[in-house]
Amino acid sequence: MRYAIPLLILGVLLAFFAVGLQRDPRVLPSPLIGKAVPAFELPVLALPKAESPPLSMGNAAFAGKPYLVNFFASWCAGCQVEHPYLMQLAKQGGVTIVGVDYKDADADVRQWLAARGNPYAPILVDLDGRAGIDFGVYGVPETFVVSADGRILHKHVGALTPEAFARDVKPLLGAGS
Amino acid sequence: MIPELGHFALILALGIAFLQTVAPLVGYRRRDAKLLAFAGSAAQAQFFCIAFAYACLTISFVNTDFSVAYVAQNAHTDLPNVYRFSAVWGAHEGSLLLWMLMLSGWTFAVSVFNRRIPAELSALVIAVLGVISVGLLLFMLLTSNPFDRLFPVPLQGRDLNPLLQDFGLTIHPPMLYMGYVGFSVAFAFAVAALITGKLDAAWARWTRPWTTTAWMFLTLGITLGSWWAYNELGWGGWWFWDPVENASFMPWLTGTALIHSLAVTEKRGLLKSWTVLLAILTFSLSLLGTFLVRSGVIVSVHSFASDPARGLFILIFMAVITGAALTLYAFRAPKLASVGELHLFSREGLLLLNNVFLVVACAAILIGTLYPLVIDALNLGKISVGPPYFNAIFLPLMVPLFVLVGFGAVVPWKKGKAGETWQRLKLPALFAVAFAIVVPLALHGRATLLAVTGGLLGAWTIVAASQDVWRRIRAKPSFIAGLASVPRATWGMTLAHAGLGVWALGVAFVISYGYEKDVRLAPNATTEIGDFTFGFVGAQEAKGPNFIAQQGEVTIERGDHSVTTLYPQKRFYPSQRNVMTESAVDATLMRDLYVSLGEGFDDGSWSLRIYVKPMIRLIWLGGVLMFLGGCLAASDKRYRLARAADRKLALDGGTQAA
Amino acid sequence: MKRLVAALFAGLLLAAHAQVTVEKPEIPLSVEQEARLAELLPDLRCLVCQNESLAESRAPLALDLKYEVRELVASGKSPTEIKRYLTDRYGDFVLFRPPFDARTWLLWLGPFALVLVALLVLLRQIRGGKRELAATNPKAVDKAALKKLLEEAK
Repeated sequence: MRYAIPLLILGVLLAFFAVGLQRDPRVLPSPLIGKAVPAFELPVLALPKAESPPLSMGNAAFAGKPYLVNFFASWCAGCQVEHPYLMQLAKQGGVTIVGVDYKDADADVRQWLAARGNPYAPILVDLDGRAGIDFGVYGVPETFVVSADGRILHKHVGALTPEAFARDVKPLLGAGS
Repeated sequence: MIPELGHFALILALGIAFLQTVAPLVGYRRRDAKLLAFAGSAAQAQFFCIAFAYACLTISFVNTDFSVAYVAQNAHTDLPNVYRFSAVWGAHEGSLLLWMLMLSGWTFAVSVFNRRIPAELSALVIAVLGVISVGLLLFMLLTSNPFDRLFPVPLQGRDLNPLLQDFGLTIHPPMLYMGYVGFSVAFAFAVAALITGKLDAAWARWTRPWTTTAWMFLTLGITLGSWWAYNELGWGGWWFWDPVENASFMPWLTGTALIHSLAVTEKRGLLKSWTVLLAILTFSLSLLGTFLVRSGVIVSVHSFASDPARGLFILIFMAVITGAALTLYAFRAPKLASVGELHLFSREGLLLLNNVFLVVACAAILIGTLYPLVIDALNLGKISVGPPYFNAIFLPLMVPLFVLVGFGAVVPWKKGKAGETWQRLKLPALFAVAFAIVVPLALHGRATLLAVTGGLLGAWTIVAASQDVWRRIRAKPSFIAGLASVPRATWGMTLAHAGLGVWALGVAFVISYGYEKDVRLAPNATTEIGDFTFGFVGAQEAKGPNFIAQQGEVTIERGDHSVTTLYPQKRFYPSQRNVMTESAVDATLMRDLYVSLGEGFDDGSWSLRIYVKPMIRLIWLGGVLMFLGGCLAASDKRYRLARAADRKLALDGGTQAA
Repeated sequence: MKRLVAALFAGLLLAAHAQVTVEKPEIPLSVEQEARLAELLPDLRCLVCQNESLAESRAPLALDLKYEVRELVASGKSPTEIKRYLTDRYGDFVLFRPPFDARTWLLWLGPFALVLVALLVLLRQIRGGKRELAATNPKAVDKAALKKLLEEAK
């Protein structure tokens, strides 16, 4: 019997490897899920056509309705990929998308949005990446789903796709409102 | 045309490998000498096919034939010629071909150096190696063909990863693979013994040189890898407990255990089933390493571009090879049980203890490496297990091993006597204690726990290990005659153990007395580290064959003396749009001065990483000594004696075991 | 130089725009705080790198986090508080030295338990080996055979 122990250990290891093959070791779950959205107060990006927006906005401004927080930047390749879909979402209405421009030059992002359109309700500026750290951002784009009572319900890492939105985000928006 | 020939050679090799497996197995069942003898010819034919395919891929690289997808991904017309040869194994597909070349090379060697081995055993060994070949060749042809064509043909290739454009890396992978793959021979010997049910002292004697040879290449491969990482990664570190490093270190640990348990099996006819298990485990850990590196289940600095389909294939391959061997083991090993008296305080008893610590150390690394994966698979979240864990667990497990090394070389087989052992070891012990107290204080003015422990264990290992040679010399009338009387195997063992001690000294001193500083310096500013003054002169543009670099100039002074000037570079490789740090090192046996460039700022200042690393060379010197020890041990003439000696030994072993 | 850096970033990110690095004021630390920082950084994982610690990495996020940690050290926070600050945001993944808890007890105790088990097995083997040897001892066999013969003879 004891001569079969190595075989048993191998079996257990192989089973774990088989499960491991289906996981991506690089995707991190956020410890913020279910917790209150981190307090933030960020300057608002001034855009040419906007009518005198507030200089800065914080958590309070968005309370009462579920919303998305999308960390993006003009230098980020994944953001270009998801941008058309965000435009589509914005056109459909139904959910507010708060953009957080992460470690980006204002001039760059204005130019970037002028070329591609602006899906964001307001765009907040996180120039030094501090807000990113508070949200646990480790690579843009990342999208957070925030409930009406200000809790983070879900985090999507990487470009947001229609499938991911339908599967992970949409049900949460319904539940919160 | 050339790539197609290479591709065809691989297919042909697959067919031959299949025959190489089936024919000897059938021959064994039918007791057909002709079928058994066919194994050797098949192994040789297979080797020539693989060597031909390998040459085809190399030619495609030298000619930068971008119609071959693999070449297009890993070469560039600006790539210097040396690196075109090493680019062959720069990524997944080609490195598999190198793996395959090594495997068929080892099989070839078995088929040539098998005259002393019974035909039956030799044929079965080759058959088992054939199974591994079939699996790997299928893997290559089905998922990772290095000869796949690309259309349309790109005008320029994507170039070899600049990290790999380094001398250390042109020799590190071949050495590492020689070792990894070389353990397949010990594995095949073990499986063959399980099939025939015959495992005697002669079997152990045949297996030993193969195992030692594989081990010494793996030792050198790991040492070179460490040296490469030190120079290329720019962190001044020499070991990172990265999953891929662990993957190469685990078979090294069990391989080391195997070498020692083989000695017991040969000399005393004991530990038979344990030795067989170690041989199976060692090669299985090599396969595990291949799986970890190429499947993407684990985050690592060195992993290849991963692909789940490949991961699944290797997983199945591993399940088949290791699973079959362990199943066979479960049924057959009970019959190998060795009966004999075993005293704990005897050479074999101490070697068994050594095995315990080596294998547990290996298990600890396995646990640490796989733990994040297991936690994730159980949906318990993501955790990291990094260097702080491995250092905390591994180093304490090494302490008893070092203590044992000293005893192992002095305590006799069968049963040791405490008084006699003490007589022999009291001087080495005294010396080690004195060394551990005096040297750290003399060199650095302060003693740390680690430095004293390391000094104690290192000095103890070196001196106690040399005892054996010293006694043999003293037993002869003259020094020269004494030297000549020491067998190579003894020299090998002594050198390898001394290498271990040298390594321990290096580790303890570099950790205890190293300095490091991350500092931003404007041109002509200086900073002091330890006794040294580092002055940053400035940085200028410099051009290489396929890169543009910013080259810093750093002068180093000690007191009023100028020590040296270093030129660290930050290189930009346009072909891959990649930035590389090329550190600059001034090395002596006693200390390294290491500078690497960080970020440049608009005002001309740079962030610099500066390290003073005392005795870090000893770490690699230790590795090289172990390698040389392996060379000597594997080439001992005992392994080249005529068959008669084997028969006599088999008989002796038989009576001992009875 | 400026040109090269811009080119590098552009190249790395394959986009026309570059990530902005805000130059932050240097935070002076006391010698003792420096030492605490140096001890802390190797235990913290760079999240965007493959397998580097904050001490080693030069990735932008790692540099930001390193600065953050430095600031926390300067404000007198203890290593435990600093680790908490990071795990609150990034989870236990950020710790290279996993904390001892219900998930990781096996990781920390497993190797040492293995040593004990292996040594116990080894000692039992050695005793067992002696007993087996005694059982197959020629004298013992002879005695048994003799007894049998004697009994048969009766």
